[in-house]
Amino acid sequence: MLELRDLRVSYGAIEAVKGLSLSVPKGKIVALVGANGAGKSTTLRAISGLIKAKSGKILFEGKDITNWPAQKVVRLGISMVPEGRRVFPDLTVYENLLLGAFTRTDKAAIARDLEAVYQLFPRLKERRGQLAGTLSGGEQQMLAVGRALMSDPVLLMMDEPSLGLAPVLVQEIFALIKRINESGKTILLIEQNARAALELCDYAYVLETGVVALEGPGKELLRDDRVRKVYLGEQ
Amino acid sequence: MSTHANKGTLRIIVVAAVMVLLLAWAQGDLRFIGIGPWDAYFVRILNLAAINTILALSLNLVNGFTGQFSLGHAGFMAVGAYTTSLLVMTPQMKKVVFFMEPMFEPLDRICIPFLPALLVGGVVSCVFGILVGIPALRLKGDYLAIATLGFAEIIRLILQNVRRLTNGALGLKGIPQVVNLWWTFGAGVAVFLFIRGFVRSSFGRALIAIRDNETAAELMGIDVFKHKLLAFAISSFVTGIGGGLMASLLTTIDPAMFKFPLTFQILLTVVLGGMGSLSGSVIAAFIVTFMTEFLRVVDEPLQLGAYTIHVPGLRMVIFSALLVIVVVFYPRGLMGNKELTWESLSSPVSRLLRRRVAS
Repeated sequence: MLELRDLRVSYGAIEAVKGLSLSVPKGKIVALVGANGAGKSTTLRAISGLIKAKSGKILFEGKDITNWPAQKVVRLGISMVPEGRRVFPDLTVYENLLLGAFTRTDKAAIARDLEAVYQLFPRLKERRGQLAGTLSGGEQQMLAVGRALMSDPVLLMMDEPSLGLAPVLVQEIFALIKRINESGKTILLIEQNARAALELCDYAYVLETGVVALEGPGKELLRDDRVRKVYLGEQ
Repeated sequence: MSTHANKGTLRIIVVAAVMVLLLAWAQGDLRFIGIGPWDAYFVRILNLAAINTILALSLNLVNGFTGQFSLGHAGFMAVGAYTTSLLVMTPQMKKVVFFMEPMFEPLDRICIPFLPALLVGGVVSCVFGILVGIPALRLKGDYLAIATLGFAEIIRLILQNVRRLTNGALGLKGIPQVVNLWWTFGAGVAVFLFIRGFVRSSFGRALIAIRDNETAAELMGIDVFKHKLLAFAISSFVTGIGGGLMASLLTTIDPAMFKFPLTFQILLTVVLGGMGSLSGSVIAAFIVTFMTEFLRVVDEPLQLGAYTIHVPGLRMVIFSALLVIVVVFYPRGLMGNKELTWESLSSPVSRLLRRRVAS
């Protein structure tokens, strides 16, 4: 469904992604794991059109979408939950969700998806009239995920969904990602919590300083000696 | 539900009727039953307040709702004011005013009614807004502020130097005074309803999203630049209209009027009322306009016991002090980003009533 070929992205003179190739098959959960500065977020930002790639190709369902502007990428059905939640604090929960459906015009379908999001996150329904800025961190994360779902994406990209959440909520978020995937959405996930991500995903890429260091099915990588030592902190 | 809606409609009708009656009284249209008009000085301040409301609302759309810090308002006002004036002035008056250098042909013979002239003023200002906005809105924060400020200065210098079009530093006089309370309040209400409808639409929601977080707004599929540009275009159109009304009210304009302090005064009104609150802008525009007039008293010699104090400019000192106080106690302006509603008006009253009943 999504394919990166030798993608290179740089911030000025600093190259953050140095020739990355990966593919995300339809219906799967693919995880990018790696330390800070490995180029995970940069990769997602390049796919969603927030920054330009220096070279390489981004293909979505066979179509070359390299360096498309963000608003066009969303219309293709690629939606992103940005790092650090970034809900719109001055708008209500309901208005935030409506903005998620900004590119859509079918009112009935939007209402249906809104109901589905409320069912997935009953808490959001309770708080729909509340300003998003007044929600707790966990609720804001739920809102960010719900908002991304409102565009009815085929590919959902999530940048560190568990960052800054209490351990209980982390488990809840991962269970949710599984459910969203089972409802038919392909997921590309970035996580620092390598163990949880590897347990959840179908396939994972381990990034180190802008290149793929290792790849394979999540369960296999969990058994890999190097991964266990470097990313899971086992002796 | 329907009684609720009826109550709302009734309220609007009552408020509109009261407003129309008051305006008719103030304007002198009720003379046939022996009342009005009000004091001419007071009516003039009312007119100014309504025009300042229009200017504040339009600046609030860009600075308050979209979060783009623009300082070019004086420039757009100048464009609207000059365009409208040059179109409504009679050929004879133009000949008198342009005594240094004759006016460009065929503009010296053109003379159209006020309403179309006002609209053309708005449109020309809007065109300038788009031309400036296309490069400037790619900038952010301070850079946008500097670019728009620069634009306003360029406009002023053009007005000052293209003498065959604008009569240079001498300015224009003899602009027909068409506007009265009906014009200024009519335009004020129209602008208020228009901008309110705009910010309440999905378009307005997108503007607030851009203000809150531009990256996230982009990820929602919002064309950030297009939305900013449209807000900017609407704002410059409305500002041009405000400038045209101002020109017709004052009957004389010159380039020096449109210096930075004018923009600053509008900005101050918006901040005082609350960035992102339309009713706040209306309230603040009236407060600021009336205060600047009524505080003129302190510029006169004051008799305090045996002493006579005469400090010209004391008005501005007091005004600034009051502003500081407001900003300290209401850092987000009088209204924050909330709107004045019937509920917010009636709840303190009803609470008071309930307390009376309870005791």
